[in-house]
Amino acid sequence: MKASAGNSIVLDNLWKTYGSFVAVGGVSLSIEAGKFCTILGPSGSGKTTVLMMLAGFSEPLRGNILIDGNDVTRLPPQKRNLGVVFQNYALFPHMTVLGNVAFPLKMRGMNAAEINLKCRQMLDVVELGDFAGRYPGELSGGQQQRVALARALVFEPRVLLMDEPLGALDKRLRAALQVELKELQRRMNVTVVYVTHDQEEALTMADQVVIMNHGKIEQFGTADDLYDRPTTEFVAGFMGDTNLIEGVVTAKGNDGVLRVEHPTGRTILAQNNASSVGDSVSVSLRPECLALEARKDSPTEEANGWNGRIVNAVSLGDAMRYTIVVGENRPSLQIQLQAKLGRRGAHGHRFYPADEVRLSWNANDARVLPRGKR
Amino acid sequence: MSINASIKPNPAVRVLAWCAIAFLIAPIPIIILVSFSSAQYLTFPPPGLSLQWYERFLGSSEWVQSIWISLQVAVFSAILTMVLATMAAIPMVRADFGRKSIIYAILLAPMIIPVIITAIAMYFVFAQAGLTGTVLAITIGHTIVVLPIAFVVLSSTLQGLDPRLERAAISLGATPLVAFYKITLPLLAPGILTAGLFAFLTSFDELIIPLFLGGPTTQTLAVRIWNSVVMEIEPTISAVAVFLIGTTVLVMVLAALVSRAFQRKSSSSSHQEASHA
Ligand SMILES: Nc1ncnc2c1ncn2[C@@H]1O[C@H](COP(=O)(O)OP(=O)(O)OP(=O)(O)O)[C@@H](O)[C@H]1O
Ligand SMILES: [Mg+2]
Repeated sequence: MKASAGNSIVLDNLWKTYGSFVAVGGVSLSIEAGKFCTILGPSGSGKTTVLMMLAGFSEPLRGNILIDGNDVTRLPPQKRNLGVVFQNYALFPHMTVLGNVAFPLKMRGMNAAEINLKCRQMLDVVELGDFAGRYPGELSGGQQQRVALARALVFEPRVLLMDEPLGALDKRLRAALQVELKELQRRMNVTVVYVTHDQEEALTMADQVVIMNHGKIEQFGTADDLYDRPTTEFVAGFMGDTNLIEGVVTAKGNDGVLRVEHPTGRTILAQNNASSVGDSVSVSLRPECLALEARKDSPTEEANGWNGRIVNAVSLGDAMRYTIVVGENRPSLQIQLQAKLGRRGAHGHRFYPADEVRLSWNANDARVLPRGKR
Repeated sequence: MSINASIKPNPAVRVLAWCAIAFLIAPIPIIILVSFSSAQYLTFPPPGLSLQWYERFLGSSEWVQSIWISLQVAVFSAILTMVLATMAAIPMVRADFGRKSIIYAILLAPMIIPVIITAIAMYFVFAQAGLTGTVLAITIGHTIVVLPIAFVVLSSTLQGLDPRLERAAISLGATPLVAFYKITLPLLAPGILTAGLFAFLTSFDELIIPLFLGGPTTQTLAVRIWNSVVMEIEPTISAVAVFLIGTTVLVMVLAALVSRAFQRKSSSSSHQEASHA
């Protein structure tokens, strides 16, 4: 916590296997001190396993873990001085709120007066000052969550690890606690590693997001990086919705814009430097990046300008989601796309099924990705 | 509770139930009455009241010695059972290792094997070791007989305990041993106590093990009752029986009080579980 420069946590090629099953396969990661880092991934992708290795409850098969530059790979968990918040909070049911929060300080041999003072301060921070004498069972889910947080922070750890800490709460409470948590993290300047499978949660809180899949890191960056510049189909699909259109790169412009041809012959202009001519690729096109316009006749189609027909319209409350079909009535020659528009459309227009539309997009909003095995 | 209350049993079932209860309870008041009899032989109803049989029971050094032996055996085997059942349940529930089912089978075997067979087997072992006739031998015998049930009780208590609690304690700076002491053990206490209680009561009135393993100076209450009944039936027995019933009731009441105290505390923890579901 001294200097915010430098890395607080470094994971170097971590491996963990259960029998022949690889739960974590070569995870390397550096997290800057004072940052809020979210590990995001589908169920079974190895998030908890990585966190448990960080906490010291699970021993890696291979690789090293550094915290503040010290190798802690072989250090037992009670010596790592990390705050851990478990998914179900793991509050001690036979101790009061105060007893729970005092526990880590007692373990550190602090004197009673100091313990009392620190606990009171910490409970005030999480706004539970009046609840010190209650048992965990007498608290609401959100209050229990805050007790768990207070208990994990009261001994001023350098790093706080959290495994889906808001998973058991309802949506409204979760949103409120996300803001509180982020605020608390900034105030206490603690490095947070936060595991979740809720991408919205990751976007709201994280400075850095790690996307995991099948025990490996798919991509690491800011939430914007991952959303706007995904490097794999998986990331594009996991961070929000996207249309994935397959094709082959046919040309590469000097400005970095690629020309991608769909099997139906339609062309897409899209961004990405990593692909070259001849590659089989997928183009990721976010639904909200598509523009729709009503059309009467059938103007000739061009790159990034296609003719389509609305086949489905669903209200999302503040927006509309349209399903659009481009091309002839044969599935093999069809492209199906999702578009998300403001409730009343781009030009104050709302579309209905069977409407004929012209759809277009900016080449900068379309992203060329290597074709994954699906 | 409200669910039970809302089910109205058929009146016939009610009558039957009361009959069953009466059948089970009836001997007890009769024995209590007989134990205060002024007659010199077993007769009912007693011609008058007196405390002579209690005087004879508690005034006899042999009977008092038997009370003492029984209490020693019951207390020691309760303690031994609590320790062993806890030590067995923790790895069996928490740890991951192969061949668990074999160990389960061995642990639960005394429940299936008739006590008399266990008793005979132990008689030979202890005879070889020169331990027959000692309190230790009877204590070990009772512990073996009661261990399977204590183990099952404790395993189920432990099953309901979140292993993350101990992990949380360790992450907060406790060594694994301290975490066990401060977190797991207190939460396991009701189960341990139940197991101990069960061991105490079982040991207190179990006859076969001390019959085989006891000696002339280590006759438990149950054995002395047996011996005196075999010789002749005299009203002292009824005083002894009342003493046994009294002890059992006392222990049960004590247990109920303790478990109610625990429940008040842990009702909060069950509430917590519910809110997670
Ligand atoms: N003790 C274990 N024995 C065998 N396999 C395990 C063990 N623990 C985890 N795994 C496996 O390792 C993989 C990763 O598990 P992990 O708990 O890290 O997933 P996760 O990303 O946290 O998923 P979730 O979002 O469901 O919590 C899973 O496929 C899981 O089945
Ligand atoms: Mg998990």
